[in-house]
This record gives sequence, C-alpha cells and structure tokens, in this order.
Amino acid sequence: MSDDNVTRHLTRRGFLTTVGVGAAGVAALGPTPAEAAPPAVTEEGDMLRVVLKVNGREHRLLVEPRWTLLFVLRERLGLTGSKAGCERGECGACTVLVDGVPRYACMTLAAEAQGHEITTVEGLMDGEQLGPVQKAFAEHDAFQCGYCTPGQIMAAEGLLRATPAPGREEVRLGMSGNICRCGAYAHIVQAVEKAAGLRQGGGR
Amino acid sequence: MRGDGLYFVEGALPETPTGGAQAEAWQTTRVVGTRQPRIDAYERVSGTAVYPSDVVLPDMLYGAILRCPHPHAKVKKVDLASARSVPGVRAVLAGDSPEADLRWYYTRQVFTRLFDATCRFEGEAVAAVAAETPQQARDALRAIRVEYEVLPFVVEEGRALASDAPKIAEGGNRVGEPEVYTRGDVAKGFSEADTVVERTYRTAAEIHSPMELHGCVARWDGPKLTIWETTQGVYPVQQRVASLLDIPLSRVRVIGHYMGGGFGSKLSADKYHLVAAVLARLTARPVKLFLSREETFRCVGNRPPATMRLKAGVKKDGTLTALEMDVVGASGGYPAGGASLVDWLVRDLYLCPNVKCTSTDVLTTTGPARAFRAPGHPQGAWALEQLVDELATAIGMDPVALRVKNVPALSQGRDDLPYSTTGLKQCLEEGARAFGWEEARRRAPGRGPWKRGVGMAAGTWVAGAGGPPSTVIVKLGADGSANLNMGASDIGTGTKTVMAMVVAEELGVPLDRIHVEHADTGTTQYATASGGSKTVPTESPATRAAALEVKRQVLDLAAEELKLPVAELRLQDGVVTSLKDPALKKPLAELGGLRRRGVVVGVGTRAPNPEDLATCPFAAQFCEVEVNERTGEVRVLRFLAAQDSGRVMNRLTYDNQVIGGITMGIGLALTEARVLDGAQTGRLVSGNFHDYKLPTMLDVPADITSLPVELPDHRANSTGAKGLGEPVTIPTAAAVANAVFAATGVRVTDSPISPARLLPLLAAARKEG
Repeated sequence: MSDDNVTRHLTRRGFLTTVGVGAAGVAALGPTPAEAAPPAVTEEGDMLRVVLKVNGREHRLLVEPRWTLLFVLRERLGLTGSKAGCERGECGACTVLVDGVPRYACMTLAAEAQGHEITTVEGLMDGEQLGPVQKAFAEHDAFQCGYCTPGQIMAAEGLLRATPAPGREEVRLGMSGNICRCGAYAHIVQAVEKAAGLRQGGGR
Repeated sequence: MRGDGLYFVEGALPETPTGGAQAEAWQTTRVVGTRQPRIDAYERVSGTAVYPSDVVLPDMLYGAILRCPHPHAKVKKVDLASARSVPGVRAVLAGDSPEADLRWYYTRQVFTRLFDATCRFEGEAVAAVAAETPQQARDALRAIRVEYEVLPFVVEEGRALASDAPKIAEGGNRVGEPEVYTRGDVAKGFSEADTVVERTYRTAAEIHSPMELHGCVARWDGPKLTIWETTQGVYPVQQRVASLLDIPLSRVRVIGHYMGGGFGSKLSADKYHLVAAVLARLTARPVKLFLSREETFRCVGNRPPATMRLKAGVKKDGTLTALEMDVVGASGGYPAGGASLVDWLVRDLYLCPNVKCTSTDVLTTTGPARAFRAPGHPQGAWALEQLVDELATAIGMDPVALRVKNVPALSQGRDDLPYSTTGLKQCLEEGARAFGWEEARRRAPGRGPWKRGVGMAAGTWVAGAGGPPSTVIVKLGADGSANLNMGASDIGTGTKTVMAMVVAEELGVPLDRIHVEHADTGTTQYATASGGSKTVPTESPATRAAALEVKRQVLDLAAEELKLPVAELRLQDGVVTSLKDPALKKPLAELGGLRRRGVVVGVGTRAPNPEDLATCPFAAQFCEVEVNERTGEVRVLRFLAAQDSGRVMNRLTYDNQVIGGITMGIGLALTEARVLDGAQTGRLVSGNFHDYKLPTMLDVPADITSLPVELPDHRANSTGAKGLGEPVTIPTAAAVANAVFAATGVRVTDSPISPARLLPLLAAARKEG
C-alpha cells in the first residue's frame, strides 16, 4: 500500500471544514484594531466603514455587513482575479491569502477582513512579471479554461509559504480544496512541485 | 453525419470556397506537434484575463431570476408589489409584464414563453428583478409572492411511461416514436452464438458544472445590444437572442473572449440572456445576471440518465454474432435528445453483422438535458464495454484480444463507409503494451482489505471530423508579426494556441509575435460553437488556408523585389530565401512591398469534408484500481490513454485534454450523480458541490499517461487533425468499472460506484461465494 495511509482519513470534506470556518478563523486570527471596531448593532441598510489592506494597498470603503470579501474584491475594487464559483465555500475559486493563509473569500465577510493582510492573485505579480507559482502554472499548462486557476495558484502559494518543500502527498492534500472541473490536476501537481523549486531558488 | 446536428447548422451546407492556396499534407513540422505553453497563459495566471463574470460596467445593475420550487406546477398568480418596494430594486418582471412577453424554445420542436405559466421542472423561470446590488436583487426575489398549483411529478426515466405516470405534455411522455436501428438479423445472430450475455445498466444524470457560472452582462446603446457571455459559441448565442428579440443580427454583439468551461452546457443562448436584455432595456442601464451554483444544478442542462438493456452473443473464438440494445433516456421537461447517441458505440465500435438498437426518449419533470461532453457515448460505453468484458471472461479470452479481433475497417453504423483513418487496433495493442496489461492482469489482487485490479475499455466518437462553415483571417504586419482573427471560442482546450502554431508553422512567425483575436461577433469571423471535438479539425485547416494565402502574397512580393521566380523561393523562420542561392534572401520586415501596403491579408475557409469517408477518433484506456472490501472505497491508482485523434497539434495541451477527460470520466464512474427526491417532492437533493461530488485532486491519480497513436489523417483535412476532447472521456468510466470487477469479482451495473452501492454488492458476493 502506498505511503499516504496516514492521510487517508483526511477527506476533502474534512479539509473544507477547516477552510470553511474561514470567516470565524479570520476574526480569530489577531486583534482587530479598536478604532476600526464595527458598531455592536447595525440598523438594516446601514453601511459599515472599513479599511481593507489588499496587496499592500489600503482601500477605504462603505460596505454592507453581509457583503463578502469576494464581492468587494470583484465588484467594488476591480480585483477580478479572484473568481466566484459557488459562493458557499465548496470550490476554492475565490481562494485568497489572509495573513499568508489560504481562505475562501466567499466565506469571509469584508468587514471581518479588516485589520488583516489580504493577498490576491494580482498581488503575486512583480510589476508585469509573473511570480514563481504563476510562472510554473503557465509552463506546465496547469489549467484549461483558467477560471479556477487564480484560486489554485493562491492555494499553492499558501501551501508553499507554510511548507516550502512539500512531498507529493502534501501537495495533493494541500490542493484538494480547489476544484478544477476541466480536470488539469495531474498538471497542477507538476506545477506546484516546480513552483516549490522556483521559490527556493530565489524565485523568478 | 449523425451527431453533427448538435454542433453545426441543420441541413446541407452550400459549397464553400476552398480558401485559396492548395494545402498539401505536412510531411514534417517545426512548430505543430511540439509542446507549447498557451499564448494566453500570462492572462490566465496573472488574473488579467477578463471573463464575462468579471465584467463590471459603470452604472451597472444586477439581475436575478425567481425559479419555480416545484418539479411540476402552474403559476396562478405572481404578486410583484412588495418586491418593487425593496431598497435598490429598479425593475421587476413576470409572465404578465408586457416587456417579458417573449417566446422561448428549449429545442425548436416546442415553443413556450419566457415566463411560461406551466413549469415542467424545478428551476423554471417565473419572475426576474434588477437591483443596485446582487444582494438587493436576492432580497427582492424573496419578496415576490407566487401562487402555484402544484401538479404531480415523475422524475425517473423508468417511470415516465408507466400508465399512472402524470402526463407532462399533451401527447404523453414519450418524445416521438422510439428510434430503431437494425442491420442483419439479431435473432439469427444469437442462435449462432456460443455464449449470450444480457444485462441492464444505468448511468446517473451528471451536471456539467463548469467553474464559471452561467450568466452574462447585457447593455443597450440605443437599438444595439451588447452581451458579454460565458459561451462556447458567440454566434449561436447571437442568432438565438436576435431571433427571439426580433432584432437584426447586426444589432446584437456577443463577446466571449474568455470563458470558464462549458462541456456542452454553454453551446447556445439561455433564458437568462433574454431576461438580462429586457431588464437592461427597461432600466436603460447595463445588467449583470449570473446564476447561482444552485441554479446551475437545476436549469442549464445535464447528461441525461440512461437505462440500457444490452444483450450480446459471441462465438468461442471471439466473433461477435449479435448485439441488441434498448435505451430509455430522459430529455427532462422538454424534448432535448434524452436518448440521443447512447447506442452509437453498439452500432459502430465493433465488427458485428447483426445489430438492433431501440432508443426511447421520455419526458420527466426535470431540467432539460443538454449536450454533455460526448453526448450519449460514455453512457453507451458503460454498458457495452462492461458487457464485452463479461463476454471475454465467459469465453476465456483476454479482453484486449477480444476487442482487437473485432476491430472494424468500415463504419458499419454508416452503411460501411470507410474510415479516413482508424487507429483503434493500435490504441488497443500499443496501449496494452505501454500499460503492462498482461503482467498487471496476472498479478494477484492482494490479501488485505485493499484489492487491486486492472481494467480497460475502448471507444470512438461519432463526430470529431469538424467541417465547414468557418472563416479565418490572418494578417501579416509590416514588421513581420501576425494577427489571427477567428470567431471560435477557446473553451480551455487551447484553440488559440493551436491556431497560432499553425500560423507559425506556415509563416515562420514566432508564437510571441502572433496576436489572436476571437469569439466576438462584432469583430471576428463566423464560427460554429466550440464543441463536439470539432474545433481543431474545423478551425486549423481554415487557419492554414489563410496563412497559405498570406504566404502566396508574400512570395509574390519577394519575387518582385529579389527578381526571382516564385517557384524558387521559400519562406522559413520569417525570411524569404532562394532555394538555389541561400545568399539571396529577404526577411519579412525588409520587404518593401509589405511595408508600403502595411498589411497582407489572407482569408481562409474550411473546405468540405470528403463525402465518401467517415472521420472519427478512437481510444483505448487502461487503469489500475484499489478497492477496499471493508469500506467500499475505490481508489484509481494509474491510468493510460491511447488515443487516435489524428495529428497531435500541441503535445502539451493534448496531454492536458487527456488527463482532463480521464478526470471527468472518473467522476462518472465513482462520484457524480444527480439525486432527486422521487418519493415525496420530486426536488433535487444534490444541488451543491458537497452533495454532488466532483473529483478533486485526491480522487484522481497523478499518474496518468497520455499515449498518442499519431496517424495524421490527410484524407480528412489539410492539417490531419481529428477531435480529442470528447473521445478522451468516453471509455474512462467503463474501464474503471471493469477494473473494480477484476479487483473484487463484483459487476457494478449502475453508476456511480459509490461505497454505498458497492458495499452491499460485495456483501452479497461474499454470501454467494
């Protein structure tokens, strides 16, 4: 039997349970700055004043409490790299990094993301140059239609930040919260392994 | 040819022009066939590619559609009053709104209304709103009060024709007469057989589930409508929208540069286009209308479920004597080809003189079917390829050998038309060799709860030849860089890259100096939808013809400037050189004639296919699985696909299609099933990705081998390519089922092979054994 006996019990559903609490997780990640704390009770129709730090840039916005981080990124900030696939924490197309950790932006309220560092696929670029994970995905043709790709890339980036030299099973497990309906998984594995090398070698 | 109707216009096509220069078959290639990353990879990995769902226009509203919660109901009354007063709401529509008084058709057989009073499936459109934010639009939907008369439902195809089943249409639940195909005499064939095996199989309905949701952005500029749409074909969308809104084609522009997957569910227009267009006209503002994932599970198509009874006779030496198949497939609420092409492999894949197939299409109160990656074929393969496996066991023959013995040279399903090429035998033999089939078959299944086994299956695809119409334009600029203009969508298969490679091959222009513009009815040439594995064999010959036309003009210009006869010149790597004296040459950028003209334009069209040949791809796939006899888990350990799709155009994207098709086939085999509550409500109970499980990275092996059986098909078209995207998913699920049998001795006739289905079968087998 293969060497992943230890991981067999970790199903995708288990993984999603971990990621699916993204919203709560974000809130618990660190102290929210007191001056930016939202009012305890909001009236219907009230807008919250939030400051979101995305890819190193601060955005001051009025948001409805129910707006997701994904909605604000895509429809208000024009950062459409993060994609909407299910809007219920099941597909991973919206994956971004919050304080360096992959999160489903569709399961994270914009108001909760305040006070945290948000990184989207646009934030992996160095000017017009692709980052190492992006470069590896392009070279290995690790996508077809490309719609899940920004989410896959962010999941890979998060995995490699936590585990710079993952084994094959760690890659498969780390990427299992992101669905690719075109089914390019075999190329995605290759790309993530290549990206690990590129990042360790200084990257670009 | 049967099957093409899904992707091409109906009826015969008038003679098309051949597109200028005569194209001879490539003997050797320099670019075509190599491994090339996509020319649009940068856009797709950087996040700069703008998909239709990414479009945000100034002053844009968000639309949403209220859908019928019942599988079968009459809409008695829709009260929009409270929805109108929801904050942010700008427009509300229902069946009696004059603006929404529009016709609709799922298929041309039955015309209905945009918001029809009768809902024949859960998810049928009932009303719509536009609001300042998508959240407000959903608020408004919740405020709409609808009075329904709930009608009885029938959701299983096997129950639709029962005498007590509720009638969905006036004429009953059968769509037309059953389609009967016969050749020879099956009764005689069965009497000649040494062994006859009969079984009934069923494949569950699958949902396409492309990652980009279905939807569009619609904007009017006076009388002109622009639609940004996630589609496999901008022209089919334009045609349907224009005809149903009754406005000229010239006033409807459909743009679909990038799109996030379709698999057949985005071949044409949907009701949401009309809804978005009407809402945008009513509010004089752009409207973005994207469906929720839950909506896409209900109303934008499915691979219809099929119940298949199959009976086969074989002689001891492996000669097939008769095949008989009865198919019942479900169109859903409207006629949509529910049983279409399920029997094609029975008709055409193996040599057999006596065949009878009866296909019955029925209506059920479920979402209408749509073409789904090789319509009918994976279902048919699930039955045929499992039964052939069983025949092999029965007569003690290797399943590969049995198939090789029955490889036909002629297309029997087309009255013995010869294939332009067939690599079926090579797929079987070379695939078996590369997989290590014989050794793997001899290996014991193992002693612990995990049992190993290998399985294989073969297939062909009814279409995959491509064909006219298609027009492509190649422009060569003064600096020797090129621009390629085609209307076809790149649905993720790498169409743009393959076409740029064809231009690079003929003109010697490097790939990074070729720009492709595509999929825009306003600015690019007419093309049929990208589907049916026909895009490469359709567009690549047209592209080649356009490039050759550019080349002809360039050589004329160079001949004049170098004062040499055209016949003495050749164009390679962007330089025109004399064949006699290599010192006499001119780079493209130094051609005075080209500089003065600014551009050389070549127009290419797709020439007709030969009438006396059948052009089809072939496949044989092999896999090894591990089955846990205690838990019923199935793990696919490795896969090998030997595919004959003619010439390999781009080996990198070719391999990607192969692994993608296998991944999708594993979904059919192991995880995917639309589940309906047939007992109480008739409603969908698997309407999200937790309850409808798509394969993830943990469900498929990293070890997938793509083995092209490369037989350039020069009689078919000028690039020698055949379709690839669908044949790669046709035999997959059956190969998995055969491997599960090899591992456990259990034959699973119904998809998917879930632990819940497999465990009782394993327990029963233990009891018997």
